Amino acid sequence: MVYDAGRYDVIVIGAGHAGVEAGIAAAKMGAKTLMLTLNLDMVAFMPCNPSLGGPAKGIVVREVDALGGVMAKVIDKTYIQMRMLNTRKGPAVQALRAQADKPLYIKEMKHVLENQENLTLRQGMVNELIMEDGECKGVITETKAAYYADNVIVTTGTFMRGKVLMGDLEYESGPNNQRASIKLSENLEGLGLEITRFKTGTPPRVNSHSIDYSKTEIQPGDEKPQSFSYETTEYIMNQIPCWLTYTNEFTHQLINDNLSSSAMYSGMKRGTGPRYCPSIEDKIVRFNDKPRHQVFLEPEGRDTEEVYVQGLSTSLPEDIQHDMVKTVPGLENAEIMRGGYAIEYDAIVPTQLWPTMEVKDIPGLFTAGQINGTSGYEEAAAQGIMAGINAGAKVVGKEPLILDRSRAYIGVLIDDLVTKGTKEPYRLLTSRAEYRLLLRHDNADLRLTEIGHDYGLINEERYNQFVEKQRLVEQEKKRLSKITVKPEEPVQEMLKNANGSPLKEAVKAYDMLKRPEVTYEMLEGVIEKDDNLPAIVKEQVGIQIKYEGYIKKANEQVDRMLKMENKKIPDNIDYDDIDGIAFEAKEKLKKVRPLSVGQASRISGVNPSDVSILLVYIEQGKVARTAN
Amino acid sequence: METDTITAISTPVGEGAISIVRLSGSAAIPVTAKLFEGKNLHDADSHTIHYGKIIDPETNEVAEEVMVTIMRAPKTFTREDVVEINCHGGMVAVNRVLETILEQGVRIAEPGEFTKRAFLHGRIDLSQAEAVMDLIRSKTDKAMSVALKQMDGRLSQLIGRLRQQLIETVAHVEVNIDYPEYDDVEEMSHEMMRTKSKEVHAEIEHLLEVAKQGKILREGLSTAIIGRPNVGKSSLMNTLVQESKAIVTEVPGTTRDIIEEYVNVRGVPLRLVDTAGIRETEDIVEKIGVDRSRKVLEESDLILFVLNYNEELTEEDKKLFEAVQGLDYIVMINKTDLDQKLDLEKVNEFAENKPVINASLIKEEGIDELESAISETFFAGDIDTGDMTYVSNIRHIQLLKQAKQALEDAMSSLDMEMPLDIVQIDVTRTWEFLGEIIGDTASDSLIDQLFSQFCLGK
Repeated sequence: MVYDAGRYDVIVIGAGHAGVEAGIAAAKMGAKTLMLTLNLDMVAFMPCNPSLGGPAKGIVVREVDALGGVMAKVIDKTYIQMRMLNTRKGPAVQALRAQADKPLYIKEMKHVLENQENLTLRQGMVNELIMEDGECKGVITETKAAYYADNVIVTTGTFMRGKVLMGDLEYESGPNNQRASIKLSENLEGLGLEITRFKTGTPPRVNSHSIDYSKTEIQPGDEKPQSFSYETTEYIMNQIPCWLTYTNEFTHQLINDNLSSSAMYSGMKRGTGPRYCPSIEDKIVRFNDKPRHQVFLEPEGRDTEEVYVQGLSTSLPEDIQHDMVKTVPGLENAEIMRGGYAIEYDAIVPTQLWPTMEVKDIPGLFTAGQINGTSGYEEAAAQGIMAGINAGAKVVGKEPLILDRSRAYIGVLIDDLVTKGTKEPYRLLTSRAEYRLLLRHDNADLRLTEIGHDYGLINEERYNQFVEKQRLVEQEKKRLSKITVKPEEPVQEMLKNANGSPLKEAVKAYDMLKRPEVTYEMLEGVIEKDDNLPAIVKEQVGIQIKYEGYIKKANEQVDRMLKMENKKIPDNIDYDDIDGIAFEAKEKLKKVRPLSVGQASRISGVNPSDVSILLVYIEQGKVARTAN
Repeated sequence: METDTITAISTPVGEGAISIVRLSGSAAIPVTAKLFEGKNLHDADSHTIHYGKIIDPETNEVAEEVMVTIMRAPKTFTREDVVEINCHGGMVAVNRVLETILEQGVRIAEPGEFTKRAFLHGRIDLSQAEAVMDLIRSKTDKAMSVALKQMDGRLSQLIGRLRQQLIETVAHVEVNIDYPEYDDVEEMSHEMMRTKSKEVHAEIEHLLEVAKQGKILREGLSTAIIGRPNVGKSSLMNTLVQESKAIVTEVPGTTRDIIEEYVNVRGVPLRLVDTAGIRETEDIVEKIGVDRSRKVLEESDLILFVLNYNEELTEEDKKLFEAVQGLDYIVMINKTDLDQKLDLEKVNEFAENKPVINASLIKEEGIDELESAISETFFAGDIDTGDMTYVSNIRHIQLLKQAKQALEDAMSSLDMEMPLDIVQIDVTRTWEFLGEIIGDTASDSLIDQLFSQFCLGK
């Protein structure tokens, strides 16, 4: 018999990177929230690489922070190394990446969860959903506890019917030998959800004492203090380096000789793996002309000797893994502490979701994170916070929040998932964003803080700071547009030193900054300086002015996109009733149920003429209503 | 509602007596007014018709003599401002007008788009909505099949190859961005990007150049015959006309009477424009001076410059040589049946490397040589009419021009040493424009390229 274990506004199943953001967002909005996890010692666990951020992903971490999420703050307190990537490229593609202290990250995140008002954290395995009239109304755990809530967010990652594969060994398991979630997956399938099967993999970890670092190259962190969160003011100065080494012909020969014993190459039909994160077997098979592949040695934390062997992800049998590792310079005597493995798991076909992360056919049920076919901690966090906000919005009676593709990488991610679906575990890449010049690391706060504040996730103090920053940026831009720079000695000297052509006539400081060779700092040397201006304001002013022309062009494209985005499709539309639309397009439209004509136009198989006809049909509906 | 301005040829394709180019949208009247030589159309009353000329603002050439109807919103078919430009029949004139309008940033209409706008603005009755959708569907299918037919297999292959070059470059930039530590591939440099852009740019320019040649084949080279009085200009014209048994067309327009004579010389169609003008060129230099006469001559694609074998080179001849300098011309020395008084060495000196033909029109000598010279002048070297990758479709030409512009934007960003991820935005646009030509705009292919070209990890 189940027992009544209480009523909540929102229940979050899972406490991984999606779950924690979902739970905290809902709780911050005032929803009474319950978070259930299999193992309280493993909240926000990183089962794969010990790092957060990087291109696109690092910007997502900042976006989550600007919306009021926690990932950025927790990593800022626990990193062992921080680097800004792509510093020699444009501002749009620069991004932070941190190496995480895995155990410390868990500890810090647990602390945050335990101290979040409105949030109850509890250990438990959910077996099924409570359904009422087709709506989700709660969950039942294996211990027969029935928790009731109108909103349930499933963030079960790779646990659903998870299966670990290593050589010919296979067993039901979540990552790192945690229990797999079997019944919930069956329950969701029984409710009619379409499920697909994906796989991913992880490399062996070795003991740091057994590594000969003298044969590797050091990869230190940046000296300049940096942070993900806009609220962080304290920086960790004592950083730990990573190390770089390479595979070689011996590694490749060994793998080739043993390919058939790899779980993923044994001939069994397996789930689809990601192309962007291939196993070492994949790399050698698909790119057999490459003499070597990079291997990064990344410490898993300050108080552990385990080192993650980035680049050797594998599902080879354990004995071959021992031999393989030893072929790599620096790892000749390496002791494996945990072997690498592949993991196969159930994922939900994400086109079944509204852009709010709610399941179309099951009101009250949200899914977020790796269960939706994505990979990566950051992608999970992004979906988690959006699911949390939208579940919370239902509770407190706010409008749903959908970020469009020009607003955030989060918007790109979710729009891609729910509109196009994915055939492999989905990873964000900067190339997925059409408007990446607008989606920068430096302006995540300008794009999203207002929204975070509106939904009650950003407190007044931070909001006021943000408003002040905006004011200072505008003020400084105005100031620069009024200052005249004359073609006099110090200016010409400065330009000469920067390989620029000399000024022919006086120009405004604002226009001077548009020259590619002139930086804000250089400009400060020749005009009256504002010493009180914070560095982030100067950075922002510099970027906004220097790339003004390009930003303007991007904004014009966005305006055109938004025009179609604002043409809403009525929810009661019957595509079968529209004769002109091609059969294939109809099927796709019926499945995806796009909210706007813009979204419809991004579905593959829906042609411009179908979109045209759809527009006419919708207008006809409006005319009909007016006539009535 | 849609606010951009659209245009299309709205009369059936073929040889009707007149053809109409229609524009709809807020820019319809201003754009037409800008191109129109005649009354100031900005203030023209609604539902009025005006005679004038459409001038190509880039070349200042007359594109066509037209009648323009101005119709102001809302009492129009689309309920937007509508302009209809009546041109002479046949495809040549109307295409020229359409191209000139497209240069002004007006978009070519999608199939059925005028009707769609009419409907969306409530102009068409509700019961007609379904008919509108049918129309869009059927017109789209038809347009598709026509477009496919028009597309030369070689063209689509060539565009495909250019796109592949671009996407490899873009993927290279992308891999540097998304996998900054990936060291298998060298960092893309400004120099590499510039080289690649220049290559593709040259190919696009070549395609547009060939398109121009194609246009010449369709429309004819506008040809002027010049020379002092009595050197034999009229005889030359008559000879060419008789030789090719050309049709002398008289196009009695509603507003003008102009005789255009088409002759076909070894596959090169010559349009001997404005025969009256040829007679007037007898004293062209005297009358309007070297500078201005040169301007008149520049509008011609080919100049046939006739000299008299029986007379010495005069000041007037020298002025004519001056006027044609740098243009495409052929010197024909007529009347070789008479005594030589002309200093041939001097003529060759003046004519630089242009062909000089000796002929006697009375004895029907030298005609063959002239004809070969004409054909060689236009189809020399790399242009082979039999194996030409044609870009004749106006939409294709327009997209090629947009692609070229986007690539030029990228190149100017390169010159400004902008970061490559910024430059790459315009390279990607080039790739997209080219994709539209062959109907391939799937954005996923970049990601596919990324993963097939590079072995990526971290």
